[in-house]
Amino acid sequence: MMRLFAHQLAVEQRVFWRNRESAIFIFIFPVMLFLLLGSVYGDEIDGLPAAAVLLAGILGYGAANTGFAGITIVLVVRREAGILKRLRATPLPPATYFAASLCSTLIVFSLQAVTLFGIGRLLFDTAFPERIFSMIAVVLFGAAAFCGIGLATASLIRSAEGSSAVVNVILLPMAFLSGSFGPQGYPRVLEAIADVLPLTYYIDVVKGVYLGGEHIWEEPRALAVVAAWGIGGLLVAVRRFSWEPRER
Amino acid sequence: MKAIAVDGLRKAYGHVNAVRGVSFDVEQGEVFGLLGPNGAGKTTTVEILEGYRDRDAGTVEVLGIDPSRPGPDFRERIGVVLQFSEHWPTLTVRETHALFAGYYRRPRDIDEVIEIVGLTEKAGERVKTLSGGQKRRLDLGIALVGDPDLVFLDEPTTGFDPAARRNAWEMIRSLRSLGKTVLLTTHYLDEAQQLADRVAVMRDGVIVQMGTPAELIGSSQTVEVRYRRDGELVSVETSEPTRVLHELTAEAVARGVELEGLEVRRATLEDVYLDLVQDEEAEG
Repeated sequence: MMRLFAHQLAVEQRVFWRNRESAIFIFIFPVMLFLLLGSVYGDEIDGLPAAAVLLAGILGYGAANTGFAGITIVLVVRREAGILKRLRATPLPPATYFAASLCSTLIVFSLQAVTLFGIGRLLFDTAFPERIFSMIAVVLFGAAAFCGIGLATASLIRSAEGSSAVVNVILLPMAFLSGSFGPQGYPRVLEAIADVLPLTYYIDVVKGVYLGGEHIWEEPRALAVVAAWGIGGLLVAVRRFSWEPRER
Repeated sequence: MKAIAVDGLRKAYGHVNAVRGVSFDVEQGEVFGLLGPNGAGKTTTVEILEGYRDRDAGTVEVLGIDPSRPGPDFRERIGVVLQFSEHWPTLTVRETHALFAGYYRRPRDIDEVIEIVGLTEKAGERVKTLSGGQKRRLDLGIALVGDPDLVFLDEPTTGFDPAARRNAWEMIRSLRSLGKTVLLTTHYLDEAQQLADRVAVMRDGVIVQMGTPAELIGSSQTVEVRYRRDGELVSVETSEPTRVLHELTAEAVARGVELEGLEVRRATLEDVYLDLVQDEEAEG
């Protein structure tokens, strides 16, 4: 069992980094946005250091990008290419496949978080997180929750061609509304939409731990909302997930 | 023990009866062909045997195991070439073999498998650089890498040019020398004739004829006599070719004319097959 898990994790990592598009879109893009926006914003957002607020927002975006967008696109593409169906004919158990996939996502997002904190420290004078264990927990929790949502989305998308469009149409507006890219102050309608999005609450958690120096459990309500989205996604996936191409 | 034992297999999708009572056995080491047009129920049958689908009725044993309740060993012992499946384009041929080898407890030597499927020269190349035929060899390679006892090949040469098909046939023949049992589906008659020890012809979800290719051909009693009269092709189908030929030639000799293009044809598997399949069209 461990042998298969370790093997599949190595496969996932190799495939991820070997594929230039996924490495750039998933790993590099949020880092680029941080560099770009970090040099645009002034000193303070809502009375806090602008770069640190932005870093918290980009961390949220990174979790959604790695977990939600990454998992969705990978699953739909593999399903429609018949790769998932072919893997089902091997002794690899489905649960091991998903565990390795989740773990691989956690690795990628953890590396991204470390990169973001490093760049922030070097270029924008942001602090390293004070509550380091809480921060690690936040990173893992976020990637896992958005993976759950990604599983559901992958189950609902029918074709590989449309998958990255659908994903971006969901991801980018969600990131804007949730305040990933800086100050909000949107009209009330948009605020109302933001109030149900998981990323809004995840960024609250990140801000609480990173900017407020809190323990992860000091944001129980926001944590619960994000967890509910993740579990909800998992439930949809359990009912709707298919290993076989839809379009054939 | 039989490699495959199927009895009274049925499967419906909604109101469509894809498989309507199919029974056959495959011996160990045998190459067995399921032949039939698209929609005959071949793939549904194979996918039930592979463990992808549940059946509605009937008994199925594959290597002594019920594939709808496979234990951990079942997938160690089967190799699968699906009708359609792609690979990770950025991995090399060797990496792809290694990837699949990692799923099995006792894999074959990777380079040996790559040689069997004739991809040695491409071993270090990325999958996206392979031609369609080479990708199909890769499909076969990863089906063999776990050293299975039984290999399922679902239309392994569909879309190939004639040269690529002959190559694939050579490869499939080499499976026999490795001692593998092979279940092959195809809608190409020559493929079944070339490769299979026994063939079951499927139509409309049932097996309409089963036997060795020679038996299937032998089961057709009629012989076709063809010749040209005034440039027109005349074809006579008969179960008494001697009498028909005698009458024809006697008449021609008496009139002092030549029977142009005179030809006596025994049925080929193709004729038998078309007979079987065209009935279906006649029934509408």
